[in-house]
Amino acid sequence: MSASRRSLRAEPRTARTRRQDWLPWLLVAPGLTWLVLWFVLPLAQLLPVSLSDTADRFRMTLVFSGRIANYTEVIGQYTPVLARSLVYAGAATALAVLIAYPLAWVIRFRGGRWKAVLLALVVVPFFTPYLVRAIAWTTLLGDDGPLLSALRAVGLPQGTRLLNTAFAVVGGLTYNALPFMVLPITLSLERIPTELLDAARDLQGGPWTVFRRVVLPLSAPGLAAGIVLSLIPAAGDVVNPQFLGGPNNRMIGNVMQSLMLVQRQLPRGAALALVLMALMTATVVVHVRRHGSSDLTLT
Amino acid sequence: MRIGNALLVGVAALAYGVLFAPIAVIVVFGFNEPVGRFNLIWQRFTLENWLHPLRDAALNQALANSLALALAASAIATVLGGLMALALSRHRLRGRSWIEMLLVLPLTSPEVVLATSLLTLFVQTNLPRGFGTLLIAHSLFCLSYAGLTLKARLAEMDGSLEEAAMDLGARPLRAFRLVTLPLIAPGLLAAFLLSFSLSLDDYIISMFTAGETVTLPLYIAGAFQREISPQIHVLATMVLVVSVALLGLSVRGGRSA
Repeated sequence: MSASRRSLRAEPRTARTRRQDWLPWLLVAPGLTWLVLWFVLPLAQLLPVSLSDTADRFRMTLVFSGRIANYTEVIGQYTPVLARSLVYAGAATALAVLIAYPLAWVIRFRGGRWKAVLLALVVVPFFTPYLVRAIAWTTLLGDDGPLLSALRAVGLPQGTRLLNTAFAVVGGLTYNALPFMVLPITLSLERIPTELLDAARDLQGGPWTVFRRVVLPLSAPGLAAGIVLSLIPAAGDVVNPQFLGGPNNRMIGNVMQSLMLVQRQLPRGAALALVLMALMTATVVVHVRRHGSSDLTLT
Repeated sequence: MRIGNALLVGVAALAYGVLFAPIAVIVVFGFNEPVGRFNLIWQRFTLENWLHPLRDAALNQALANSLALALAASAIATVLGGLMALALSRHRLRGRSWIEMLLVLPLTSPEVVLATSLLTLFVQTNLPRGFGTLLIAHSLFCLSYAGLTLKARLAEMDGSLEEAAMDLGARPLRAFRLVTLPLIAPGLLAAFLLSFSLSLDDYIISMFTAGETVTLPLYIAGAFQREISPQIHVLATMVLVVSVALLGLSVRGGRSA
C-alpha cells in the first residue's frame, strides 16, 4: 500500500531520489548477506554432500561421486521412521486443532475484558525452558506419577504405562503446538466483525450454520497458519521422542541426530535432511501461495 | 446453544489446566528435597534449593554461556533485521517478495534441517565448532523473527511522519534519528526480547553447532542422563517470573506508547 502511495507522488529525479535507489539495497545488504551465507549456502551445499562418498574410515573427507544410493538407502531404511514422524506430527496437529479452536473461540467471543489476559495465559507456560517442561512431563506421566496414580484409583489396570509410549510423544507434541495454534486462530477470529455474526443470526442461521458458513470460512487463514506452524516443528522434533518416547518411538529428528553426531555419516544425513526439507517446504509454499506469509509470523 | 456453550467453556478450562500442569510441577519441584540424584519424584518440602540456587556449578557455567550467546545473537539479529525491515516497508525494492520469502523460510524450515546444513558446512570448511558457530546459527534464526516482527511494526506505522520531517527540511538520516527511531523503539525492544528468549531456549540447532561449548538446554539434556538437580527447577521458575514481569512491562509500555 505504501508503495502505491509513493508512486503517486510524482517526484522529479533529484539527487535525493537517486540516492534512494541504492539506499534500500544498502539497508538489506548486511541481513541478506547473513541469510545467503548461513541459510542458502548451507542448504545448497547439502546437495553435493548428499551425493558424496566418505573417503576414509574417520569420515572426515567427502568425495563427490554422484552416489544416488545415499537417497535410496536412507529412504529404504528410514521410511518407517519418516512415516511415524508424519503420523505423530499429524495426530498432534489434529488434537491441537480440537483443543485450540474452542479455546480461541472462547477467548474471542467470551473473553470480554479479560481477552488479553486469557491470550497471554496461553503463552506464559512457554516462558519456561523447553527441556525443563519435558522433564516435568516425565514426572507427571511417570509410573508412580500423579496422573497414573489417579487413574489407577478409578480402576485403570496395574501395569499400564504412559511414559515411553506413542501416547506420551503425541501428547508432548500436542502440548508444544498449542500456542502456535491458538494465536493465529484467535487473531483471525478477532478480524471477524461481530455485526456479521448478528446479521447471520438475523437471517435465521442456527449456531451450527453460523459457525459452518461464516466463522469457519473466515478463520480458515488462521487455522491454516496454525496447522503449518504446528506440523513442521512437530515432524522434526527431537525432544519429545527422546524424553517421553523411549527407544521404540524414535522420530526422524532423532535419526538425523544419530546419523550426524554419532555415526558421522554426513552424506546420508544430508540426503535425509533434503527429503524432509522437500516435504515441509511443499507445505509452506502451498500455504504462502494461498494465504500469504503474514499469518505465519503471527502479525 | 446453552449446552454447546458450556461444552466450549469446559474444553477451554481443561486446556488451561493442561497448559499449566507441567508449570505447576516445575514450580513445586523447586521446593522438593530429592532422594538421590534425580529430582523427579516428590519427597518433602524444603527451602534449601531456593537458598542455594547457584550450588550447581556446571549449571551456572551453562547459564552464563547461554546468556552471553543470547545477548550477542539478539543484538546482531535486531540490527540486521531492523535494517531489512526498514528497507522492505519504507522503500521500493526490486525483488522484495523474494527477499521476504528468504526471511520467512528459516523459521518455516524444520530446525533439524537447518542444524544439519550448518553442521555440514562447518565440517566441510573446517570451521572449529564452539561459541562462534553457535553465534552464527542463533543469529540466523533470530534474524528471521526479529526482521518479520519489525516489518509488521513498521507496516502499522504511518510513513508520512518521516516524509513530513523531510519536507520540513530534515535530511533522511536526521529524520530517521528524530522520528523513526523513537517510534520503533518499542518494536526493537520486542524483537530483541523475542530473539533473546528463542536463543536461550534453543536445543536442536545448538546440539549440532556447539562443539564443546555447553549451553543451558544442552546441559539440561545431559543432566537427564546424570543428575537432575532441584536447582534446574529453581532456575526455570526464575526464568518464568522474569519473563512474565517483562511481558507485563512491555504490555504497559505498548499501551502508553
